[in-house]
Amino acid sequence: MIQLNINNKVYEVDASADMPLLWAIRDLVGLTGTKFGCGIAQCGACTVHVNGTPVRSCSFPVGAAAGKMITTIEGVNEKIGEAVKKAWIELQVPQCGYCQSGQIMSATALLKSKPHPTDADIDAAMQGNLCRCGTYQRIRSAIHRAAEMI
Amino acid sequence: MTNNNSNINRRNFIRLTGLTGTGLILGLSGKASNATNIENLSAAADPFELGAFIMINPNGEITLFNSKPEIGQGTFQSIPALMAEELEVSLDKVTIKQTGGEKKYGFMQFAGGSMSIRSEYHNLRKVGAAAKEMLLKAASTQWNVPVSECYASEATIIHRPTGKKLGYGELAEAASKLEVPKSPVLKDPKDFKILGKPGARPDIPLKVNGTAVFGIDATVPGMVYASIERCPVFNSKLVSFDATAAKKIKGVIAVETCERIHEVYKTTGVAVIAETYWAAVQGRKALIVTWDHQGNETFNSKDFEQSLRDTAKKETGAVAHQQGDFDKAFANAAVKLEAFYETPVVSHSPIEPMNCLASFTEGNKLEIWTSTQVPGSLVTDFAKEYQIPVENMKVHTLFNGGGFGRRLYPDYVHEAVQLTKKIGKPVKAIWTREDDTQQGPFRPMTYSAMKGALSPDGKAIAFQHKVIAPTLDMKKDYDKSKSDETMTEGISEQKYEIEHMKNVYVHHYMPVPLAAWRAVTSTTLAFSHECFIDEMAYAAKKDGMAFRLGMLTKESDTKNVLQKLKEVSSWDKPLPTGWGRGVAQYEFFAGQGGYVIEVSKKGLGIKIEKVYAVIDLGTVVNPDMVSAQVEGAATMALTAAIKNGITFDKGKTVQSNYSTNPLVRINEMPKVEVHILTNGGDKIKGVGEPGLPPFAPALCNAIFAATGKRIRRLPFDINKIV
Repeated sequence: MIQLNINNKVYEVDASADMPLLWAIRDLVGLTGTKFGCGIAQCGACTVHVNGTPVRSCSFPVGAAAGKMITTIEGVNEKIGEAVKKAWIELQVPQCGYCQSGQIMSATALLKSKPHPTDADIDAAMQGNLCRCGTYQRIRSAIHRAAEMI
Repeated sequence: MTNNNSNINRRNFIRLTGLTGTGLILGLSGKASNATNIENLSAAADPFELGAFIMINPNGEITLFNSKPEIGQGTFQSIPALMAEELEVSLDKVTIKQTGGEKKYGFMQFAGGSMSIRSEYHNLRKVGAAAKEMLLKAASTQWNVPVSECYASEATIIHRPTGKKLGYGELAEAASKLEVPKSPVLKDPKDFKILGKPGARPDIPLKVNGTAVFGIDATVPGMVYASIERCPVFNSKLVSFDATAAKKIKGVIAVETCERIHEVYKTTGVAVIAETYWAAVQGRKALIVTWDHQGNETFNSKDFEQSLRDTAKKETGAVAHQQGDFDKAFANAAVKLEAFYETPVVSHSPIEPMNCLASFTEGNKLEIWTSTQVPGSLVTDFAKEYQIPVENMKVHTLFNGGGFGRRLYPDYVHEAVQLTKKIGKPVKAIWTREDDTQQGPFRPMTYSAMKGALSPDGKAIAFQHKVIAPTLDMKKDYDKSKSDETMTEGISEQKYEIEHMKNVYVHHYMPVPLAAWRAVTSTTLAFSHECFIDEMAYAAKKDGMAFRLGMLTKESDTKNVLQKLKEVSSWDKPLPTGWGRGVAQYEFFAGQGGYVIEVSKKGLGIKIEKVYAVIDLGTVVNPDMVSAQVEGAATMALTAAIKNGITFDKGKTVQSNYSTNPLVRINEMPKVEVHILTNGGDKIKGVGEPGLPPFAPALCNAIFAATGKRIRRLPFDINKIV
């Protein structure tokens, strides 16, 4: 049994230590907001925070997450996260929406470290998150908008 | 099923209705989407099965049904908006439910071909208007006042002289007993409150807080997971497999074969079924499978591309369209041009991999939860294929994590259905990204042999677009005397007034699974077509815009699009040194769009400086969504133009994941400025696709203007223009 602290709630999961955190979150804990896209940390759809840092949960062994503070899209509720979600709605960012949990996790982490990011900061921080629908220009605007709101 | 706002929970709804009495329930009769008979289903035992589009419960709850799968194009807002506008309710006060291919919702229950608004705009407004008229009549009868003194607003009927009010819920039962008006009066567009306005999509809040349920998120009690090994060499046959090691992996329950059915392309795979998806993937890695490649391991892109070039030279092709006498005019022309254009095979690569949860239960019943663009045909085709009565089929159309044409094809649904039938448990089969990248189906390439002729004064007099390509239906025994409409899409619909024209199609078989991709064949043909028009302009010593407008003396949407592009891009304003601008437009089945793109030379590479897009629509339901669709189409087009796409070697796909089959990332995507032409009166054109085809040619025409380098093969490396 591995103990996981996800969104300030403790879960016991029966998983081998090498199972990716993604599948523990989705299939064992049942939080499906975190998405599977590529399995090799190329698309960012599975981004969660571990101790406040964005990680690709598809390539992060669940054993390594034990005892750490994990935040998923369902647990994004502090000031910065709320501003990001609000800006995402205001600018109608998502199209299919599948990558957006990951985008929001990356954007929230960016705004925590840089409250007023430049376009170059956004490019650097958001490059790991693919969007096949092509919502990039709205993501950029929404991050600037969230920065204004915070 | 987990919490799901998009999902229809039929039993709950019927129970609710039963508890609170009969409400007003309206639907559309007939199979066809052009059926205009609005039916009162209020007294029906099972109105949902009869195709209810609007349900007004006596408790005031209003439910609108969306028959078009939400794939990111915004039908979760735009389709119910058609009804809400006429019904006088705001979208944030209604529940929107997705239909699941039920027969009575008609065969237009699909998302594809940029058809959603085009097929429903009039019908669903009429359903909304009919419901409103019935509610008005019910209120006026109750108050004993003329209907003309009453009006509807915010789900309420108001008596103008007295200010008396009755909510829709209070009127629902009385309204349900009235006759449905045959020709309900539609609102004047100038009175629209929702349509034509940038309304917020009701699915977006769910997509920013993680609660939107996509196909991959569906769960049912007792569900198990499957990962399926398919032969990486196309068209191979399964000989045998050894599952001993796979079955030793903790959590693995069973190993079974299943058939992937993609039209005529059928192959057998080996599925590892386990308690968790991760265990299924581990079990799959432990499988030992023997395949018979049947000689297909020699197929490779290099030889195949050469065979396309050879075929282009050898075969004259079947005529797709001709006017005047092209051969004679070309032979006698003062200035002649010829060019050969090549495009790549590309993948759809939606970020949500293919997946399906299927549950086959006692009594020959089949329930499916999936991301699909085609719930309508899923029900009918699967009922037939698996000999299940249609009434025993239940499909839950969940949010699609991207469609782009990939989810028009239910090959991944077949696999899950066969597995649940074999093991008697609900099975969720999920493709890996590698499966998705390597197994296709793919958009095929098209190669184009172009010919053009100019008069001595630089006027276009003859034009030929010869397309060399396979067909999307993957037929090997193609009748070469016939052209193919899909593979010559749009090339004969352009409005340029050129006297002599002969477009031809040469079939060339390709032994891999193929499929339509967003904007289908126009995505490659527009590139060759509109770049070659630019080559003709250059030969005529005219700029691309003037040359095109010079061939458009008659009024047309094409002319309007180009003139708008000219205006918004300040086409005639000089650019800084080292910059260049290019224009392209394309008209095809989905509609029409165009771009002006400005680029600058940066060392060896090119920087995209400005992107101006124009889409011609006429009627607009949600302008913000139109902009989003064009922004997205431009992004997809840029990926297809500058990223490596799909190639084959030793009978297999070379690329495997986003690392080797990359998509454009945020740092590579310029801003797209979208302009919508809405002066088309009652005309309704498609939105999802027209933003795609003209992007690559506008970009390449701009690169030529900046560098003198003519790009005739996609993809190209934008960081190394040599």
